[in-house]
Amino acid sequence: MTATAPAPAPDTRTTRTYKTYSNPLWRRVLLTRESAVIGLLLVVIAVSLAVVPNFDSPLTVTYLLRDIAPILLIALPMTLIIITEEIDLSVASIVGLSSVMTGILTQAGLPFPVAAIAAILVGTVAGVINGFLVTVVGLPSLAVTIGTLALFRGIAVGLLGTTAVTEFPEFWSDLARDNIPGTPIPGIMIPFVVLAIAFAILLHFTPFGRSLYAIGLNKEAAAFSGVDVGRTKFLLFVMSGAVSGFAGVYFTLLYNNARGDNATGMELQVIAAVLLGGVSIFGGRGALHGVIAGVLLIGTLGSALRLAGVTSDIINVITGVLLVLSVVSASLLAWLRRRRISAIGKKKERELAAASSS
Amino acid sequence: MTVAQPPTTPAPPALELSKVVKSFGAVVALRSGTVTLEQGSIHALIGENGAGKSTLVKIIAGLYRRDAGTIKLRGEEVDFHSTAQSKAAGIAVIYQEPTLFPDLSVTENIFMGRQPTNRFGRIDRKAMRAEAQEIFARLGVSIDPDRITEGLSIADQQIIEIAKAISLDARVLIMDEPTAALSGVEVERLFAVARSLRDEGRALMFISHRFDEVFALCDTVTVMRDGSYIATEAISETSVDELVRQMVGRDVAELFPKLPAEIGDEVLVVEGLTRTGVFHDVSFSVRAGEIVGLAGLVGAGRSEVARAIFGVDPYESGRVTLAGTALPKGNPRVAMARGLALVPEDRRKQGLVLDESVSRNVTLAIRDSLATAGLITNRTENAAAAVWASRLEVKTASLDAETGTLSGGNQQKVVLGKWLATEPKVLIVDEPTRGIDVGTKSEVHRLLSELAQQGMAILMISSELPEVLGMADRVLVMREGWLTGEFPRSEATPETVMFAATADKEEAK
Repeated sequence: MTATAPAPAPDTRTTRTYKTYSNPLWRRVLLTRESAVIGLLLVVIAVSLAVVPNFDSPLTVTYLLRDIAPILLIALPMTLIIITEEIDLSVASIVGLSSVMTGILTQAGLPFPVAAIAAILVGTVAGVINGFLVTVVGLPSLAVTIGTLALFRGIAVGLLGTTAVTEFPEFWSDLARDNIPGTPIPGIMIPFVVLAIAFAILLHFTPFGRSLYAIGLNKEAAAFSGVDVGRTKFLLFVMSGAVSGFAGVYFTLLYNNARGDNATGMELQVIAAVLLGGVSIFGGRGALHGVIAGVLLIGTLGSALRLAGVTSDIINVITGVLLVLSVVSASLLAWLRRRRISAIGKKKERELAAASSS
Repeated sequence: MTVAQPPTTPAPPALELSKVVKSFGAVVALRSGTVTLEQGSIHALIGENGAGKSTLVKIIAGLYRRDAGTIKLRGEEVDFHSTAQSKAAGIAVIYQEPTLFPDLSVTENIFMGRQPTNRFGRIDRKAMRAEAQEIFARLGVSIDPDRITEGLSIADQQIIEIAKAISLDARVLIMDEPTAALSGVEVERLFAVARSLRDEGRALMFISHRFDEVFALCDTVTVMRDGSYIATEAISETSVDELVRQMVGRDVAELFPKLPAEIGDEVLVVEGLTRTGVFHDVSFSVRAGEIVGLAGLVGAGRSEVARAIFGVDPYESGRVTLAGTALPKGNPRVAMARGLALVPEDRRKQGLVLDESVSRNVTLAIRDSLATAGLITNRTENAAAAVWASRLEVKTASLDAETGTLSGGNQQKVVLGKWLATEPKVLIVDEPTRGIDVGTKSEVHRLLSELAQQGMAILMISSELPEVLGMADRVLVMREGWLTGEFPRSEATPETVMFAATADKEEAK
């Protein structure tokens, strides 16, 4: 390119106009991972309705939603954490710890709401510990939360030993199990939907949400743009602790059972669902509706297969394969896209070369 | 375009490149590389960054293969497919940063890969050592051939590279900006070595940005611009002004459209800023409407000062005052809210989120002010991004294109747009035109000039001397973490600025 002589009158510049999007709306909406997961979910539901006996009963819906409610809840903050390229493996242990706290405090004679709030606070403090170690001390969250996974679980089991608290006020345990009147949908879906809307707004429609994606894709550029990376991540771990604490209270009421080993291994179910829902483990990519569809997909598939008489080993294998495929397909799609872009570049090069040689 | 005839001598030139072309995809790095190296002569190759000098050197070294043109070695046409072939033909290239094996001795480095052997096929250490000593004696330098290479200065490492070249009996030595990291004494010693090599009849090519060195050392000079050969002259028949004119293709004043601006009050005041080992006692101020250039060599601590002012890096002592009130340490958010903007040095790592859209990048720094009742939508972002993209004439297919797919110049415009959108009072730009094409470069310069005219205070860090001299009302110079010079526009010349940037602290003070 040759240097243009600087124009003395700057106002002679032409104003450019821009297309906002390079692809039409339907492509931007339908050709996404989130839509693929939702589509797959619909297919699984349709097939199950057609071939699995009893799948269409209202009881199936009730039990399915009740069981996956803790996963749905914890997947919300987990999505935000993974988008910032961190991870929280201690969530299931926080559920256990919160459950034990609920049990002990109720047994000690505290009114249930007080015990529940205390348990949620304990979960929040657990999140503060994670956040402190990751952002202030500066340790990798993978290592920190593997450590606190063992630590919180250890405390939970240590507090109650092998015993369990199984006496809870009937009013509260009924509330946790009852359906929304006139529907097969359990009541826990109301706080879930409220939280889901709050998290969706936070992630997709606030400056805070924008900064999460920026952190996940380029921490340094985010910091140069005035994002307080440490503070942001700290808040996310605290949220994760608080929501896990709430899930622990629900878990306790649902099964009328406060034990140290409650929800063991649930962190992996949560993370699996989040990744299946289209959140990139490398950060910066993902949307909340995809994650919710991901949790529902794993839950529905498991429920349908159980009803069809498939053993839980096989169900695990199937969900595992599904997860691996989803991760592979994401990488494959990214690779294909890169190839397409570089192919366009090469085509342009060839055209230019042809133009300059002729 | 004036093409002077190279001086003619009876002996065939040691190395002759004629109309060599090299392109990378759609980018033509070298349009017509033409240069002639005579035996027993030192030839300078000068040109701005991006003029194609490095590409030319890499073709000579056998790193790149030319697309067209001819290379003649002592009158015979040659074609190098690898660095080994170039080396075997007697060409040695000494780079700015030598690549030696730090754990091996000086002698071992000189003979790496071709150690002399004795009768039993074992490495003949004695012969090796003796030859190394003999070469050092010839060059008039005292380096212990037995010491390990680690810990040697860059200057000594270059001498070892030169010794390597001599032991290979290289007839052509190319030195690519060898003096960039050397002190005054070291430069003198290097020049003495270069002259003795010339007197042995070797041909040398010397690449430098420093005119004083070119005039002190070289016999002839070739100027390149935008990948093309411009002119070759005898040093005795040219002048600095003439060379600058040939390098930039027009007068400096014309290339850098500095508009007259009304200089107002001090907006940014920096006092005694110190971070041990990085920068020390840095004090200066920038006034409204003023462009202050911050010159110096790479690694002088300029970017670090800028980052500390903005708050992304810490500092130990000192004070930053913005528009009359002190700025807290380490808080870019507050700095931004008060009207400070930093266009960072590395746009790909620090300036942009390459995987995000143009729209998101332009609005990242203004995300808080774009929100209504705490909520932000794609629509408001796109509207704001469209304004800045069109004001800066960013070339992109759409606003949702990933920023990483844009060209370097357009990426830089996105970063500029992102920061201008914050409507800053003080704009710090760190290497605003590095690695972007000439056309975009002059657009950026015009933009900065206009912003100053509108009353913005601008601190411009740049390693390109013509840019600093052309754009700045005042030039600050840093060297090794210290502020070593301050010149008003009228007194800032390549010589004064370069001296402050390279001379020893004691000399400059």
